[in-house]
Amino acid sequence: MLIQHLHPLASSLFSLLAIASLLLSFVMLGSRWLRKYLYAFAAESWMIAGLSAVVGFYGGFPELYLVALLTFLFRGLLLPYLIWRIIRRLQVDREFHLIIQPSTSMVLGGLLVMFALAVSFHVAAAYHLELTVAALALTVMLSMKLIGFLMLAIRHEAISQILGLLVLENGIFLGTQILVPGMPLLIEIVILFDLLIVVACFGVLVGYLLTRVGATSSLELRKLVG
Amino acid sequence: MIGALTYVMVAAPVAAIVGCLVLRSARLSEALNLVASAVAFCCALPLPFLVGDRESLFWSDYILVDRTTAWVVMCTAIVYFLASVYAVGYMRLLNEDARLFQFYALFAGFGATTLAGPLMNSVGIYWIAIELTTLVSTFLVAFEREAESMEAAWKYIMVVSAGISLALLGTVLFYWGGSFVLGPTYNMTWSTLAAAAPQINPVLLTLAFLLVLVGYGTKVGLAPMHAWLPDAHSEGPAPVSVMLSGALLNTAMVGIFRFLAIVEFAGPSLVPQLALVLLGAFSLLVGALFIVRQRGVKRLMAYSSIEHMGVVALGFGFGGPLGIAGAFYHMLNHSLNKSLMFFGAGNMMRAYGTKRIGQIRGVAEYFPTTGGLWLAGAVAITGAPPFGLFSSELTIMRAGLQPAFAWAVYVMAALLIVIFVGFMNHFRVMYYGSPADPPIARRLSAWCVGPMWAALIAVLVLGLWWPSGVWNYLIAIAHSGVGAPR
Repeated sequence: MLIQHLHPLASSLFSLLAIASLLLSFVMLGSRWLRKYLYAFAAESWMIAGLSAVVGFYGGFPELYLVALLTFLFRGLLLPYLIWRIIRRLQVDREFHLIIQPSTSMVLGGLLVMFALAVSFHVAAAYHLELTVAALALTVMLSMKLIGFLMLAIRHEAISQILGLLVLENGIFLGTQILVPGMPLLIEIVILFDLLIVVACFGVLVGYLLTRVGATSSLELRKLVG
Repeated sequence: MIGALTYVMVAAPVAAIVGCLVLRSARLSEALNLVASAVAFCCALPLPFLVGDRESLFWSDYILVDRTTAWVVMCTAIVYFLASVYAVGYMRLLNEDARLFQFYALFAGFGATTLAGPLMNSVGIYWIAIELTTLVSTFLVAFEREAESMEAAWKYIMVVSAGISLALLGTVLFYWGGSFVLGPTYNMTWSTLAAAAPQINPVLLTLAFLLVLVGYGTKVGLAPMHAWLPDAHSEGPAPVSVMLSGALLNTAMVGIFRFLAIVEFAGPSLVPQLALVLLGAFSLLVGALFIVRQRGVKRLMAYSSIEHMGVVALGFGFGGPLGIAGAFYHMLNHSLNKSLMFFGAGNMMRAYGTKRIGQIRGVAEYFPTTGGLWLAGAVAITGAPPFGLFSSELTIMRAGLQPAFAWAVYVMAALLIVIFVGFMNHFRVMYYGSPADPPIARRLSAWCVGPMWAALIAVLVLGLWWPSGVWNYLIAIAHSGVGAPR
């Protein structure tokens, strides 16, 4: 088990990268400009790519270097570029109808992190791992998940929703690197490709939404009820 | 033999995709998809008879064929075949010949992914297969390119992708739990996970199961995660609705069953079962409420799908041989019967040129044959005898008569009666109301009516005659899956 005998430096590096990713998701939560979301997302993906490489180095999982490279290329460069292109085509640069002000949503995000902490302590206690990096990884994974759902709930632009979905997946990715670095490589690579397909689909759909519904805000989607 | 059949079954639709994309002709792709579905049907039908006691693994252990798989794949292949026959007649009415090859390529892709999903032996790859079904079917839902279908497609992919990411989280937690037992790197298959489960901490196991339940439950359409289902089912073309309801929901449900089996294998615990019973009962409630006051004819069928997935969830939640066997039997009955209902709904939509129940009148007068088949289907789908759903629902109720879950049986019975009344009332209005506008099309092609006959006869036979072989087969699934050592 990687977590149990970990070099102190490795442990601090893991924590640093995980917490930096969590902070970046708060940056996304606190901004109303779509480009800032996007930059924060790209930076978060770089953190996760870095984390993969560090885990690969200290844990002795050479295949994680490949995952790190692919994460950096796909999630760090290609996906942000594709979304950037969609933003430019749509000419939407910010959320117009805020349900909750950014400041309030950051407070909500903080509460969600506390909830995630409580849950992960409970689970980690079962294995006596409360004070290790595993508990932290679990916390960050669950909180990014919850923050992603919060973003899906309070943001209505199509782009913000896509990014919210990607934050959900980022959380899982981050947690996977620390908790189960040995998870079969095949799965990780396929999930990376899968995401690329998802975003391609979204690109097509956003285009359609614009031509058929005439808007890209999900507030306009109200034809089908009951 | 089993291996060859499995390969051919999945390869046929894949070949059809390639054919459709290369030839780009409406009529040829129609034929290709039809042939592919017929081949898949012929390969899947003998599988349950061949599997026997053991699990067969193929393709370096990535493909698993056991009783559970064979049963679900058979349901899927039946629906795929019937829907392909129906699609030939239905899609010609849409006047979209130029794009029809795309439709059939996607449709064959949808068939291939739903057939392949339950075959996956690796838990992670199963998740990927389910995600692929979403990607393919989104474009089928959006095929008509109306504002409503775009809205439905958007909601579908958003809600289901977000939901299914929870299933991925649950899967990762399962893997983490297993890594305390099996070491950091191991091949996560259903059976290795089940073997490791007794040594995984129950807290972690319960958390992971609940996440997986919510995740795949979104895909199954269990309330309150059902928001995408009525929209996607009502806005796609009718053959797509049939596949979504009859094939896709089962494909995701089998994942929930397998995870439940893993958790139960670790030791009896009430939380997973209770969670399934609660979700099932709530789905029935939501289905009943929306069926009673429904105005769209295909949305009516969609809410009925939520209701029936709730019944299946109740069956798994009640557990025991009776509950599990009843739930799997209900899957087959529901697949057949819901195909019949969506075929009928599609036919009436084309005949009257509307999706609204309020504008469909005088069906009994204008369409005696199709109308009769559809009405018989409506009687069957609400769980009235002598059709298959009556016996499967009764079996599930018998399974639930135990101290912990008796309340759920009473709730289920009451809601099924409400649904029966609500459904029949809609049909009464559609059949005997005075016709305001006569239908715009009076003749329905044999492609559109034939599959209705096939489905109805099958449902009737399953209600009247339940061979002991089928019963033993389903009981064997229950014993191999939940609660009993292998």
